[in-house]
This record gives sequence, structure tokens and C-alpha cells, in this order.
Amino acid sequence: MTAPSTLEPTVATEPDESELTSGRRLGRRQIVGLIFGGLGVALLVGLAPTITSENRAFAFEPPPDPLRFSFNPVTLVVVIGIVYLVTAALSFLPARYDRIALYAQLLSAALAIPLILGVSLALSAATETNVTNLFDESLVLATPIALGAMTGLWCERSGIINIGIEGMMLASAGVGFMTYAVLGAASSTGWLWGSILIAIATGGALALLHAVLSIRYGINQIVSGVVINLFALGLTGFLRSEVIVPSGNSKGVATSEFGIPLLREIPILGPTLFEGKPLHYLMYVVVFLTWLVMYRTAWGLRVRSSGENPHAAETLGINVITIRYQAVILGGFIAGLAGAWFSMESQSGFEDNMTNAAGFIALAAMIFGKWTPWGAFGGALLFGFARALGSRLQFLNVEVNEFGIPSEFFQSLPFVVTLVVVAGALGRAVAPAASGQPYTPSK
Amino acid sequence: MNQTNGGSSGFTGTMDDFRRKILEAWSLQPFLVPIYAVILSFVVGGVLIAIIGINPFEAYWALLRGMFGSPERIAGSVARSVPFIGSALALSFAFRAGLFNIGAEGQLLIGGITAAWVGTWAFMADLPGILAIPIILFAGFSGGFLWGGIPGVLRARTGAHEVISTIMLNSIALFMVRWIVNSRDPVILRDVEASVPRTEEIASTAVLPELVDSQPNLHWGLFVMIAVCIILDFVLRRTTFGFETITVGTNPHAAHYAGIGVGRILILAMALSGAFAGLAAASEVSGTNGFFQPGTFAFIGFDGIAIALLARANPIAILPAALLWGSLLSGAPLMQQEADVSIDVVRIIQSMVLLFVAADAIVRYLFRLRGEAGPHIDTASTGWTG
Repeated sequence: MTAPSTLEPTVATEPDESELTSGRRLGRRQIVGLIFGGLGVALLVGLAPTITSENRAFAFEPPPDPLRFSFNPVTLVVVIGIVYLVTAALSFLPARYDRIALYAQLLSAALAIPLILGVSLALSAATETNVTNLFDESLVLATPIALGAMTGLWCERSGIINIGIEGMMLASAGVGFMTYAVLGAASSTGWLWGSILIAIATGGALALLHAVLSIRYGINQIVSGVVINLFALGLTGFLRSEVIVPSGNSKGVATSEFGIPLLREIPILGPTLFEGKPLHYLMYVVVFLTWLVMYRTAWGLRVRSSGENPHAAETLGINVITIRYQAVILGGFIAGLAGAWFSMESQSGFEDNMTNAAGFIALAAMIFGKWTPWGAFGGALLFGFARALGSRLQFLNVEVNEFGIPSEFFQSLPFVVTLVVVAGALGRAVAPAASGQPYTPSK
Repeated sequence: MNQTNGGSSGFTGTMDDFRRKILEAWSLQPFLVPIYAVILSFVVGGVLIAIIGINPFEAYWALLRGMFGSPERIAGSVARSVPFIGSALALSFAFRAGLFNIGAEGQLLIGGITAAWVGTWAFMADLPGILAIPIILFAGFSGGFLWGGIPGVLRARTGAHEVISTIMLNSIALFMVRWIVNSRDPVILRDVEASVPRTEEIASTAVLPELVDSQPNLHWGLFVMIAVCIILDFVLRRTTFGFETITVGTNPHAAHYAGIGVGRILILAMALSGAFAGLAAASEVSGTNGFFQPGTFAFIGFDGIAIALLARANPIAILPAALLWGSLLSGAPLMQQEADVSIDVVRIIQSMVLLFVAADAIVRYLFRLRGEAGPHIDTASTGWTG
């Protein structure tokens, strides 16, 4: 991170909780190293002798004659197994070589992607799989998570915990699509964009409710978030059965794909990065602007200081209350955009509880990213990738000793990955100091 | 008490004290906010019903009769509330330890499937009910204990925040039980003859006896849950473990300096929280269904969050809160049938109740109630760091 780190939330003055729960002899680095060592041994001894030695290939776009990267699964497993063993050895170097161990572990973690994909391919009947497509899907699936994480970021950096992201997204998806179905017959392009604006406004309205409850009335912010989640669930269910379904436009036309001229012609990267749907692109813009505004403008600094030390901020003449209202409502607009993605871009239609815990996963991505925009974006990508990989592997029909790996296993993959990453590889994340604390201005 | 105080003045003092306590106990003052909150929520819901062109009084009359219209309906409402007591207990206990357990949903599933699995063991059919029922309940309790313990261990040892890990574990649990119940090749616990994916019926000796044949049926699980509420209330207020839990929940640093093993308490609190959810699931499997089917547990864990907050994490207050929740859900279908109002109105009313109880300043202002805005849910974790 190149940003000025004057207000990084990772600056902790209180004793770390892990010190309270001590009793660990090995450091985190060594434990992760041991895990990689075990995996390396398992790969070399367990997997390498049994896996097929017929060649498999990763294919890259363009489809008619894709670029192919052909490999022998045995070689792949052996090479990665050796890398894992080396990583394990490097993890036990003296502390001053810690950086080397860190890079080795990051490399090993990244190698897990070709490993999982290659081994699954070797265990299935297919001989090749399209990798470009896989990355494409990952980015698309990361859209609502990244947007939701930005919502969380704006709220939390200003000092307001928001576990109502899920409800904000769901309500915007429902109200947005309702507008589209009733006024635009779910097909007019003008109303499609009008309804996306309505969705954004809905997110903002619920955020305003959250702000009023938690700032004006000082009620527990987690309670306020739960209220919003419950309310959104009831409201959208009500609107779906009383308005959307009777309107006869339960399904419609979603936003259409477009490509950026010239750039889309670049092989491999072009179709992945420069062809897509509008809200997906807006997601990149939102993430970039979030970083820009939060770290490069005076207002962003005010938001961060309201979340870290509101009393000090007030001493400097910052109106903490106003700043918090602004930040939370801005977050709500972003959640509204994510909601629009669900009901008007990913598909055109509304189903009950269609956000399906994406708001909570966005919170996980935000914490994963240690309350920074790019970190949270990385968390969203990781989750999107795990989901795309899960459905790809499900599609490949992987079999071990004629035992088909159940599809539920692959569906749960993104959650397992997030759990392992959050628990294992990351240090303790520290929230903005004043997050969740109601604030009363001093007289 | 006042044993050392001799003389008549001491006696009248005690009497005054006693009278004041009786009056306080009978005063409606502490209940006014929740009562007005419920009324206000129904007003909000009524406005919504009126907007879609239906007479709200008709709708509410149907809802009320759906909830309490006949002895069977009352029993059905109570029965519907029983699992909510368990999930709300899970949440409350975690809140007291400063943990936010969003994972009751997954702990219910794991507890339920463990109970259903143990219930089909061959020897269970030969045991008398007095042994078989505790075994199946204990199975659910243990299943939830283990599954709930995972985020506890992760929190205490690696610092992974329980909000994230429990959400992930919810999904993992859901896919796991789906596989166990759906899989035909190999058959794991699926009842291959049943038309829907579910486990085989548990041994008849392990079924909790029925009290009323209502819809759903009311069974002895109610008393199990009430007993757990009372025990938990006692544990929290009167035992060292309860004191340590609340201290850790209020201030982990102070707890550490006071010599309390913070990590141990966090793990145990999280595991016990899961265990209460597992117990609730076992009682459902044993008393209501007789088998395990994943769909029957949807939203019970999430609703537990709201009920626990409504009850301000107080184990005894959970009973009326869960009853309100369960009976609203149980009455809603009649409202839909007779007044053609979507049952989702009930969800909106529920969220409003929680809103108005939490933001009691609004209620006090609207109804000109005396007294300060009440204490907020100070036991619920207020930040990511507890």
C-alpha cells in the first residue's frame, strides 16, 4: 500500500488478543510452513504415483483455435510438491529471513490454483479446460462482493458497523426490479437505467435509516443492522408476491454486454478484462474511487479520523456526526448498485432472498482486506474465484477410484477457502478503533 | 436479609421494602416499551396492508385467530416457538461472552443430523424412552458443541473473527448435510424409500412424547427448552463460569489481568452456544418430525439473532420473545388464506418490533412515557474487537 498510513487501522495500542490467549510455541509462519510440508509429502508420496500420466491442457481464448498449455499431471504434481517442501524448509529459517519465507508461502498458495485445477482435470474424463473463461467468471462473481465490501468499508472507516449490507442489497434488488417490471415492463432500456438509479436510492434510504438509528438514537449498531436485514427480507417478499408477480413481468431483459474497442482484441486478456456488463465495470470504478477518495482527499481523511478517534477529530473542527451520515449513506448507494447487479444484470428478475448471504461474505472480504479498499477487493476476487472454480470442477465430473466427488463438495469450496485463508494465512485484523461506538459530541 | 434489625421500625421498614417490591413486580412500567413497540409495529404493518387495498383489521383478525383462535392453534403457536428458544439461547449466551454467533443456522443442521443419526442406531429401539430420549438430545447437543467449537478455537488460537468463520461454517454445514441426506450412491443416511431427501425415521423409543396434536405438534421439547433457559440464567448469574463468561464478554483485557483464561472461555462459550442450537435441533428431530430434513431448519438460526436481541440476551426474557416470534409465523398462513395478504407482512412486523424495542427513545417519545431511555443491549458485542 503506497497510501499514507497515518490512519491505518492496523495500528493497535491495546495488547493483542492473541497475547491474552497465549500458549503457542510455534509462530504463525511455522505452522503454515508445516501445513505446506505435509501437503508436499502427500503430493509426492500419495498423489504422484497414482495419478494418470496422460497429458492434459489448460486452454486460453480465443475459442476457435485456443492457445494451449499442455502438461503431464505427474510432472505438475511433483514440481509443486517439491516447491511445497522447499517452502516448509524456508519457513523455519531464522527470523531475519522472514520475508523470504513469506514470499515462498505466497507463491505456494498461488500454486494451489494450477494444482487443484490440474489434478481435477487429470481425475476427470475431460482433456482440457478453458482457463480464460474461469477468470472471466471469477471477476463477474466478485462484483457484488467487492461492492458490498466497499459499502462496509465506508461505514466502518467512519465508525459505524454495518451488518445490514445484506438487507440493503436485497431491498435494492427487489425495489429496483419492481420499478423495472411495473414501469418499464422489464424490457425498456430507459427504465432499466432508471430502475438501477431507484435501486441505488433504495440502498441510500436504508443506509439513512441505519444512520438515524445508530447515530441519532444511538442504538446498538448490530441490532440496527439485523433490523435492516429482517425488514428487507419481509419487504421484498411482500413486494414480490403483491406487486412483481401480479404485474406479469417476473422475467425481463438484463443489462447487455459491451466491449471496449481495440482493447478487446488483445488475446487472452482482452475478452476477460475488456468485455463485460456495465455494472461490473462500475464495480472497478467504485473500488478505485473508494481508494482515491478515502486516501487522497481531505474528506476521506475526515472519514477515517471519525472512525479512529472521533473526539480528536472533533477537536480539529470536524463535524463527526455529519461525516458519519455522509459516509454511511454513500455506502448505502454502493450497496444499492450491488443490489441492482443481482436483479438487473446477473439475471433479470427477483427471487426471495436472492442475495443469499453475499452481504455477509462482503463483510468477510472487508475484514480479510484489513479494512482497506484494495485488500477488500482482493478478498472479493478470492471469493469470486473460489466460486467459479467450484462450479467448474462440478462441471468436470471429477472421480476418485470411480467414486464421483459430490457436487456439494465443490459448492462449499469458496466457503472452505475463505475460512482457511481467514484463519490461517492472515495476521490478526484490527478494526477501526471507534467502529461500533456511539458518539456523543462534547458540549 | 434484615435479621439483625430489631424493633418495630426495622419491621415496618422491611414491610415497606416488601410492598415496594411487590408493586414494582406488578407494575407494567418495564413492559410498557415492548407492548407499545408491538402495537406500533402492527400499525406500520397495517398501513402497508391498507396500501395494497386490503382492510388491515380483517387481516389482523385472521392473523390473531391463526395465532390463538383455538386450543390447537395456541398449542401450534407454542410448538412453533420451541426451536426459536434454542437458537435464541445460543445467540444470547454468545452475546454474553462478547461473541456474535451467526452460525446457529449451521449448528442446528449439524446437531439435527447427529441426533437423527444416533436415533437410527439399532440398539436405540431396545432402550426404554427414559434412556433413549436423553441420548438423542445429548447427540444433538454434542453435534452443536463440536461444530460451534470450531469458530471458538479459531477465534482463540488464530484470531479469525467468529462472524466470518460462522458464516462460512453455515454454508459448509448446509452443503455437508445436503450431501449426507441427498446422496444415493453411496447411501449415507438417506431414506431411499422417502419421496423427499431425508433421513430414516428414528427409533420410536427416542421420540419426545407429544402433548397436543396441533400443527406442528406440541411436545415435551418445550419443557426441555424452558429448563435450559432457567439453568442458563442460574449459571450466568450464580456460578464462577457465568461470571467469567460475562467478564470476558464485557472486557477481555480486564478479564485477562484478573487471571481468567480468556481463550478457554471463548472456546467454551462458542461451543456451548452451538450446543444449545444443536439441542433445539435434536428436540425438533425427536419431537416434531421423527427424521432429519435440512429445509425444516431454514432461518431458525437467523431469527435467533433477532429474538436474542429482543430479549436483551436475557435467558428468561427469551421465552416471551420466542413465543411472539413463533406465534406470528404460525398465524400468518391463515391471514394469507382469508385476507389474501402475503405472509411476508409478518416479517416486516417482526423487524419493526425489534426496531422499536431497540430504539425505545422513539416509543417513549410517541407515547409520552416517563423515564429515561432504557439500557441498551450492553452485552451484545458492540465492535469487532468485542
